Amino acid sequence: MKKLVLFIPLVIFLVMGVFLYKGLFLNPQKLDSALEGKPIPAFQLERLESANEMITNEQLKGKVSLLNVWATWCPSCKYEHPFLVMLKRQNILPIYGINYRDERVPALEELKRQGDPYHINIFDKDGRLGLDLGVYGAPESFIVDHKGIIRYRYAGPIDQRIWSETLYPMIKQLQDEAAKDGAA
Amino acid sequence: MSKLVKIIAGLVLLCSMVTAAMATPVDTYEFKSVENQKRGLALANELRCPQCQNQNLIDSNSPVARDLRLEVFKMVDEGKNDDEIIEFMTSRYGEFVLYKPKMESKTYILWLGPVALLLFGLLIGFVFVRKQRINGNSAAELSAEDQQALDALLKRDTK
Repeated sequence: MKKLVLFIPLVIFLVMGVFLYKGLFLNPQKLDSALEGKPIPAFQLERLESANEMITNEQLKGKVSLLNVWATWCPSCKYEHPFLVMLKRQNILPIYGINYRDERVPALEELKRQGDPYHINIFDKDGRLGLDLGVYGAPESFIVDHKGIIRYRYAGPIDQRIWSETLYPMIKQLQDEAAKDGAA
Repeated sequence: MSKLVKIIAGLVLLCSMVTAAMATPVDTYEFKSVENQKRGLALANELRCPQCQNQNLIDSNSPVARDLRLEVFKMVDEGKNDDEIIEFMTSRYGEFVLYKPKMESKTYILWLGPVALLLFGLLIGFVFVRKQRINGNSAAELSAEDQQALDALLKRDTK
């Protein structure tokens, strides 16, 4: 019994060791989204292409979709852009753009030059929608289900790897759910 | 003469440092009242910038921090209480933005861990001291020979 007591420090050391070792592999830049499971925040914003057309959160419902926050000032968005254009061609789901804290003219020019992957582009000039979405940088992407509920947030540029490992399986599952709902 | 120059130079340097320290990026917002300003600044000091992560909303220059700071100030001027403002922040950015996390099952280890460690340390210390004391008492009993030798030594000393 007395001998066992001597092992207590070793046990404490091992527990702390495991705890800290795990900490080494966490990415402190990746924050959990507080919005997963909540609906898209209500908004009414201009469409990027024309100041006269208003887009509201209601228009994003109905289909499983990808909500992509982007801007011309964001280098990672430029890296991500060709992949989104390719996704659009595959026609798997609508991609909605949120042009975040940007200028209209350069944003439109950029889309003309690099291709436009977006189904609808929302012009979030002063970043209010971004704020409501808990966006802290760009690019960030949200997977939204057919009821308009945010199911997943990914911070950082989407590439082939994150797409096929994480996003696509989740989208597939949500689309199956949506199909079941549609049938019922 | 050179001493005077040094003193003046020192004063100038000190003044410039003081103003630099006070040049927070908050200056543009005008609060409705001094109390509101105090509360707004205190709140923004306790909230972490989600982008830069090791700065609070006042210290950070990032655009997100600027927006959030102004949002907090506006809410203070609108008369919202601290809980409502903190709820606004955590519903968007999660518990992460609080420098003082809430007390809940997830954070028990943060709040109670140090206390538990302290109690554990005190317990070990207490047990250790008690053991030492018991051992000390038993060691004080001398054999008859030793006692004689000790007496002899003490007698010699008193002479």
